[in-house]
Amino acid sequence: MAITKDRIALTGNEAIALAMKQINPDVCAAYPITPATEIMQIFASYVADGAVDTELVAVESEHSAMSATIGACAAGARSMTATSSQGLALMWEMLYIAAGLRLPIVMPMVNRALSAPINIHCDHSDSMGARDSGWIQINSENSQEAYDNLIQAMRISEHPDVLLPSMVTFDGFIISHCMEPVETYSNEAIQEFIGAYKAPYALLDIDNPITVGAIDFHDFYFEHRRALAEPMLNTVIPVVEEIGREFGKKFGRTYELFETYKLDDAEVAIVVLGSTAGTAKVVIDELRAKGVKAGMLKIRLYRPFPYAQVAEVLKNVKAVAVLDRSDGLAGFGGPVFGEIRSALYDLPKRPITTNYVYGLGGRDVTLAHIASVYNDLLAIVSEGAPQNLVNYLGVRE
Amino acid sequence: MATVANKLPGWKDLPIGGLIEKPGTSEAYKTGDWRSDRPIWDAEKCIDCKICWMYCPDSSIKLSAEGKVDGIDYMHCKGCGICAEECPKKVNAITMHPESEFHGEK
Amino acid sequence: MANLKELSKKGNVVAPGHRACAGCTFPIILKQVLAASDTPLVCGSATGCMEVTTTIFPFTAWKTPFIHSAFENAAATISGVEAAYKSLKRQGKYDKEVKFIAFGGDGGTYDIGLQSLSGAMERGHNMLYVCYNNEAYMNTGIQRSSATPLGADTTTSPAGKVKPGKGQSRKDLTEIMVAHNIPYVAQGSPSHWNDMVTKVQKALAVDGPAFINVLMPCRLGWAFQPQYGMQIAREAVSSCYWPLYEVVDGEYKITVMPKEKTPIAEFLKKETKFRHLFKPENAEIIERIQAEIDARWNKLLKRAELGC
Repeated sequence: MAITKDRIALTGNEAIALAMKQINPDVCAAYPITPATEIMQIFASYVADGAVDTELVAVESEHSAMSATIGACAAGARSMTATSSQGLALMWEMLYIAAGLRLPIVMPMVNRALSAPINIHCDHSDSMGARDSGWIQINSENSQEAYDNLIQAMRISEHPDVLLPSMVTFDGFIISHCMEPVETYSNEAIQEFIGAYKAPYALLDIDNPITVGAIDFHDFYFEHRRALAEPMLNTVIPVVEEIGREFGKKFGRTYELFETYKLDDAEVAIVVLGSTAGTAKVVIDELRAKGVKAGMLKIRLYRPFPYAQVAEVLKNVKAVAVLDRSDGLAGFGGPVFGEIRSALYDLPKRPITTNYVYGLGGRDVTLAHIASVYNDLLAIVSEGAPQNLVNYLGVRE
Repeated sequence: MATVANKLPGWKDLPIGGLIEKPGTSEAYKTGDWRSDRPIWDAEKCIDCKICWMYCPDSSIKLSAEGKVDGIDYMHCKGCGICAEECPKKVNAITMHPESEFHGEK
Repeated sequence: MANLKELSKKGNVVAPGHRACAGCTFPIILKQVLAASDTPLVCGSATGCMEVTTTIFPFTAWKTPFIHSAFENAAATISGVEAAYKSLKRQGKYDKEVKFIAFGGDGGTYDIGLQSLSGAMERGHNMLYVCYNNEAYMNTGIQRSSATPLGADTTTSPAGKVKPGKGQSRKDLTEIMVAHNIPYVAQGSPSHWNDMVTKVQKALAVDGPAFINVLMPCRLGWAFQPQYGMQIAREAVSSCYWPLYEVVDGEYKITVMPKEKTPIAEFLKKETKFRHLFKPENAEIIERIQAEIDARWNKLLKRAELGC
């Protein structure tokens, strides 16, 4: 059956708010934070107009936003919230608890730099800080992907073999406030795709009283944490692949764990997340026209990280530059760099790797910046090693 | 230690998310061995006012099928002595005695 | 008006086998709260003694559905449960009648959870919040909180050679909750079970949020023999250290009027945490405590008389 599609101009936040309306969750918690504020603001107007069935809880902090969402989800309701940056940081404690309680909460997360200094613009330090919290992380390049990813995240989180929370990330201002054409689908098609909500457990089932959030001593904690690791180790990746294909069949856009761009025969490649991928594609086209075998890997699923699959697509590349839009402050570049190095370690013939921390606090990333990275990679290929393992791209010395 | 740990369920056999799926399972846990003083209930003196039932922190005042006070649940009673203290002074149906007097009998 | 015969018919609303200290008084409070409701409950608790001792996996003392998520957010968590209930009910996906109760100790309520509590009360969720107030962080080993009274010896306000225990007076959280203009606010004591049960029933009957602050003598932190919890609670009421009153839609009512107001020294004497106050050089502190209690009690009497 053909799906009705509308092609309309939307900002990233508008596209996400629309997806949430079409998902029509039972409960949403809302707390403002730039640049994610609009999502819940628009959603609140849907609530005010009776366009959704959602009970909106306008809380007094992000900590309470996640706490109320956890309460609602544990009660047996499909529950969502949205946030960014400091808001995510304030939720920090509760992120781990949402995952530990195996609650399929889905949360749009608009990437913004962390303080200090305070900065409202894009980088990935917020979601990177939460990368090991037990949340699935799905990154989006543009509004279309954010819209599509949010819909798929419902299925992924609620899948009986997964039952973990998901955050769908997209770049603050660059995507959240940028208007571009987005293909949207009918409410019916989305409802049909996500299906009726089936809670993993429900506090409101008063005939079967359960205790949620019990304390473990040394005799059970390890087993509970091992059980939590299982979907990250074994089930999330195939589920993400399966739902990406199913989404493609229904809506015409197939999603995989990552997107490769001219990577098949590439000698030099960059790894990126988010909106920078769009900029990189332009540079790659220009380089290809000059005969340079340049390619790109854009990570979509960051948690769990598809180590084996990443190694497979990068195995024939001679030199790889990992672009990190956050600094790990670990003395070894950004977090994506560590992942990629780790993924490549077991290859019999590893590509040479180098790291570029870039775009912090919304610093513009130009075509020239990306082109300079490819130039460096070409030099690395001829010299056999990078001059610096960790580089800062676009900062004033 | 290893053998004790092996008797407990493995991670695959636990309910999701650390849930306890049934209510009131603590009843299976013995706290009576915390006791250093034992309350002795005197059925003759008891006027079934149920004040001990209300004030017992350990839900250890037994009630009969007819709902009358019916002694102490020694599996759980921790021996705090609130029951004896709160039993009306004129009634004095519960008295505390050191556990050592009972030489370990139940 | 509650009666014990009827209440006891509910059996053990708190399962035995929980691991609160011998003589702990929160299980008594919990029993009074849970037995008070004829409507099914969903409960939650902040991290603290109550949560830790009643939910040691795989043993739970709870017979109602129960959730604990963290320390500072019992109110927000239960507000989410209540929001789910409203939503599912409105959508016709759920048809039962349920009431919601959040519990928190004074640390989780007066201090770290105050924002979460204030937010939930202001939003008007249909829920009752019960603070079991033992006047310090007992679960972590008796640290002072903003509920700890003046002069109390705690591990972070120790009575030493130059400092006589806590240097500040208790915060009046009950009045802070009154200032939220919620339909029901009260103070309770487990020693006065009938008053407690009645208050819980009133609190659950209102349309909107309710708050009950319950004094909870802690045999460990207050340091008294385990059998004396109810006696000390009674003394707290009779000395007007912990007046039993309620504020219904803004109207004050003293629910238990002490026959004879007993001196605060009698109450303080029973707890080792105040032992140092009876040194001659600290006599002035006891006078201060008495003066503060008198001032507060007189204010309360006036409010109750005026019905405002």
